[in-house]
Amino acid sequence: MSGAGFPKGFPTPEDLASVDLQTTPLKGWMDPKVNFEGRRGTWSYPAGAKNLKALKMHNPREWSPADEDWKLPKDWKKTILNGMADRLERFRSFKIMMDICVRCGACADKCHFFIGSGDSKNMPVLRAELLRSIYRREFTTVGKILGGLAGGRELTVDVLKEWYYYFYQCTECRRCSVFCPYGIDTAEVTMIARELLNLVGLNINWVLEPAANCQRTGNHLGIEPHAFVDNIDFFLDEIEENVGYKPEVPINKKNADILFITPSGDVFADPAIYTLMGYFLLFDYLKKNHGFNWTMSAYASEGGNFGLFSSNEMIKRLNAKMYREAERLDVKWILGGECGHMWRVVNQYMDTMNGPAPKNLVLPKSPFTPTIFENAASTKMVHIAEFTADLIKHKKLPLDPSRNDRYKVTFHDSCNPARAMGLLEEPRYILNNVCNNFYEMPSSTIRESTFCCGGGAGLGNDENFEMRMRGGLPRGNAVRYVQQKHGVNVLSCICAIDKATLPPVCDYWAPGVEVHGVHELLANALVIKEGEVRVNNLRGEPLKDESEASEGEE
Amino acid sequence: MSVIVAFLLFAFVVGVGFLAGMVPGLQPVFGKFLPWLAFFVFVGGVVWRIWKWASSPVPFRIPSTCGQNKSLDWIKPARLDNPTTTLGVIGRMLLEVLFFRSLFRNTKAEVHDGPHVAYGSSKWLWVGAMAFHWSLLIIFMRHFRFFMEPVPFFATGIASLDGFMQIGIPELYVTNILIVGALSYLLIRRLLNPQVRYISLPADYFPLMLILGIVLTGIMMRHFSWFRVDLIKVKQVAMGFIAFDTVAVPKGIGAIFWVHITLICTLLFYFPFSKLMHAGGVFMSPTRNLANNNRFKRHVNPWNPEVEVHEYEHWEHMYHDKMVACGLPLDKPTDEEA
Ligand code: SF4
Ligand code: SF4
Repeated sequence: MSGAGFPKGFPTPEDLASVDLQTTPLKGWMDPKVNFEGRRGTWSYPAGAKNLKALKMHNPREWSPADEDWKLPKDWKKTILNGMADRLERFRSFKIMMDICVRCGACADKCHFFIGSGDSKNMPVLRAELLRSIYRREFTTVGKILGGLAGGRELTVDVLKEWYYYFYQCTECRRCSVFCPYGIDTAEVTMIARELLNLVGLNINWVLEPAANCQRTGNHLGIEPHAFVDNIDFFLDEIEENVGYKPEVPINKKNADILFITPSGDVFADPAIYTLMGYFLLFDYLKKNHGFNWTMSAYASEGGNFGLFSSNEMIKRLNAKMYREAERLDVKWILGGECGHMWRVVNQYMDTMNGPAPKNLVLPKSPFTPTIFENAASTKMVHIAEFTADLIKHKKLPLDPSRNDRYKVTFHDSCNPARAMGLLEEPRYILNNVCNNFYEMPSSTIRESTFCCGGGAGLGNDENFEMRMRGGLPRGNAVRYVQQKHGVNVLSCICAIDKATLPPVCDYWAPGVEVHGVHELLANALVIKEGEVRVNNLRGEPLKDESEASEGEE
Repeated sequence: MSVIVAFLLFAFVVGVGFLAGMVPGLQPVFGKFLPWLAFFVFVGGVVWRIWKWASSPVPFRIPSTCGQNKSLDWIKPARLDNPTTTLGVIGRMLLEVLFFRSLFRNTKAEVHDGPHVAYGSSKWLWVGAMAFHWSLLIIFMRHFRFFMEPVPFFATGIASLDGFMQIGIPELYVTNILIVGALSYLLIRRLLNPQVRYISLPADYFPLMLILGIVLTGIMMRHFSWFRVDLIKVKQVAMGFIAFDTVAVPKGIGAIFWVHITLICTLLFYFPFSKLMHAGGVFMSPTRNLANNNRFKRHVNPWNPEVEVHEYEHWEHMYHDKMVACGLPLDKPTDEEA
C-alpha cells in the first residue's frame, strides 16, 4: 500500500501542493516563452515518425520539445492561419468561442491543472486566449490595426511552442464549460488547437501511438487478434481460479444478438482487467439463466477513441469500425463497456460521423426485461451501466452486497459520462445495490462538477507525471477527504483511462485507496448459483478482510 | 497598463463630449447625425456579426450536460440542465439569459496546507452581473419616456416602481444605485483580483468605464442642480432623433448632456465589434442551445468528411495466419481451408 513507483526525488504531496492561486507572473501573459528543459515532468513526448506515417499525418520526423529547432515545415505559419480560417468556416463553436469571452474569470479556478499548478496559463480563459490572441490579430479588423492594444499577438514559433505546452496540458474535461456563463468550452478550443498543431506535425505520442495501433490492429494497445484471444483465455482461467467458474466468451461470432465493445485497457491492464472479468461473469450468468447471446470482436476491439484527442477526422476513422463490425456480424445492437471518452464519442459524435446505423441494428431492447432503450433509438448503442441498472431494477440479478463488505466505496464521475452525456444515477444505483458502504465525495467534486483524473486526453503518460499528479490534486484530495471521514478504501469508476491514471493519483494523494470498476464490484456481489459460497473476490482476495481494523486508515 | 489605456480612451471620449457641449455649432452633429450613424452601425453591426456566426454550421451536437440525462424510465432526468427536448433547451436558455444560471454555480477554489483543497461559495460575481444587467435593462426601458409621446405605460410603470423608495426630489431610482454599485464592483474586482487583473485587456475596462460614464452623467443631470438640464429640450432632441426629422436641435442644454450622448454613441459604435457581442453570442452557444439527444435523434454534419478506414477485409487478410492459429472464424478462408 505504499506509493511505489514514483520517480526518484519526486516532491512530497505537501511540497507539490504548495501552490499559490493568487500570485501572477510579473511578465504579462502575452510573452509566450516556455522553458521546456526546466519543466520536464510537465509535458509529453512528441509522436514518433512511424506513427505519423502510419496514419498519413503531416511532417513525420524525430524531434524533442526541448530542442531549439522543432523542424517545422517552411510554410508553417501559412498552414496554421489557413487552418484557422478553414475551421472558423466549419465550426460555429470555434467562431463563437473566439468572439464572446468577456474574461470574467468565472472559469479560472475550475481547472484541475490550474488548481494543482497555480500556472496562470492553465486558467481555461487564458489557455483559450493563447489562441484567441492570434485570432484577434489575424482575423479581426480591430486586431489588425491595433495589435497588442486590442489583445492581439503575432503568430511566432514561440507561440506555437506555447500552444504545444498548454494545449497538451488540457485534458478536454469540460469542467470549465459548466461554469462559463456563455458555455465557452475550452475543451473545444483545445480540440481545434490540436487539429491546428497536427497540421504542422506537433502532436504527442501518447495520443498517436494508440491511434495508429487502433487503426492497424483494432485497438489502442496494439493487441493482435491471437493475443486478444489469448489474453481473454488467461482471464477466464483467472476467474475460474478466484471464483470457481469459467465463463465462455464468444469472439467474432456471427448472428449474436449483441456486440459488446469495451476499451482495450480492460483486456490488458490491472486493475481494469477485473472489470472485464466482471462483465464476463455477468454475461455468463445471463447466458446460463436467460440464454444471453452475445459476442466480442477482435476487429472492433476498442471502445475508446484517441482520435478525440487528435482531430475530428481521426475520431471518425477509428469509430467507423464499430458499425462496420456490427453490420458484418449481423447483431441486433451494440453494448458499450465502462469508458469515459468513448462515451463522449458514442453520445455526441458517432451517429453524426458514421451513422445512420447499419440496417441490421434495431431499436435496442433488453432481452431480459420489458425495457426498450428509446434513448439509443438512433445510435443503437447502450451503456453497460444502463443495461445493468435496468437488470437490477427488474430484479434479474441475485445480489449479495455483503460480499463487498471489505470495501468502503466512493464513486468518481468520469468527465465525459458526466459532462458530455449525463450518466450520473445509473452507476450509483448499481453501487448502492452491490455494496453496503457507499459514500459520496463533496458535492463540488462530483457529478457535473467532477474533477478529472489528471491524465485524460492522452496526457496519462510517464513523462508527464508531475503534471498528472498536480492535475490529480483536486480529485485526490476529495478522495482523501472521504477516506479520513468515512474510511473509504475504494474509489470506483466507469472509465478505463481512470483505471490507469487514478491508482497513482490515489497512491500519491490518498494512499490506501484502490481503484475498482463498477462491474467488478457487481460481479463480486452477483450470486451465480443458488447457495453459492464464495471465498474470494475477483482479485483473489478473501471476501472478509481479517486485518480490517489495522488497515484502512494508513 | 490595460486599465490606463482604457482610461485614456475613455477620457478622450468624455473630452469630445464636452467639446460638443461647449461649441454650439457641433450640437446638430452630436444631436442628430452622430446618434443616427451610431444607431445604424449598431444595428447593422449586430446583424452582421450574428449573420457571420450563423453562416458557420454546427457540425456536431456538443451540449455540456449539467445533470442526469434521459435514460431509463425510473430515473429522473434533469430537464433543464440536461435538456433533450426543444422545450427543455428553451428553458435552459431562459435560465441562462435571464438568471445567469451557470454563473450562479460559481465557487472559489483555495489550496490550504494539509493539503486541503476547499471550494467556497462565491456568488458575488453573479450578484454583480445580475444587478448590472437587470438595472441596465430597466433604465433603458425608463428612457422611453424621452422617445415617445404619450409616454408608454411600461416606461411610467417601471419608473414609478423603480422610484418606490420615494427619497429625494426627483425621487431616487433603485436601479441607479444598483448599477453604480454593480459597475464599481465589476471594475474594482477586475483591478483587485490578481488573476482577473492578469487576464484583463483594455477591451475589458473600456466598456465598463463607458457605461459607468453614461450612468454617472445621467445621474448628475437628474440629481445635481448644478448639472440639471432642461428636460423639455432633451425630449425635443430625442423625439427629433426618433422621427428622423431635420428640425434644429434646441440650444442651451447643459454640456453634461452632450457628454452623455457622446458616450452612448461611442458605446453603440463599439458594441458590435467587441466582446459586448456576448449578448448575442450566448444564444448561439453550442454547449448550451443544443439538446442532448444525439443517441435518439440524428444530427447531420453538412461537411462530414470522407476518411480512410481500415476495413475488416484487409484486417482479416493481414492477420489471416494468426487468426487461423487461435481459431477465430474467417470470412474468406483460403482455398485449402475451405
Ligand atoms: S467563464 Fe467564460 S466568459 Fe468568463 S472568462 Fe471563462 S471563458 Fe471567458
Ligand atoms: S477542459 Fe478541463 S483541462 Fe481543459 S481548460 Fe477546461 S477545465 Fe482545464
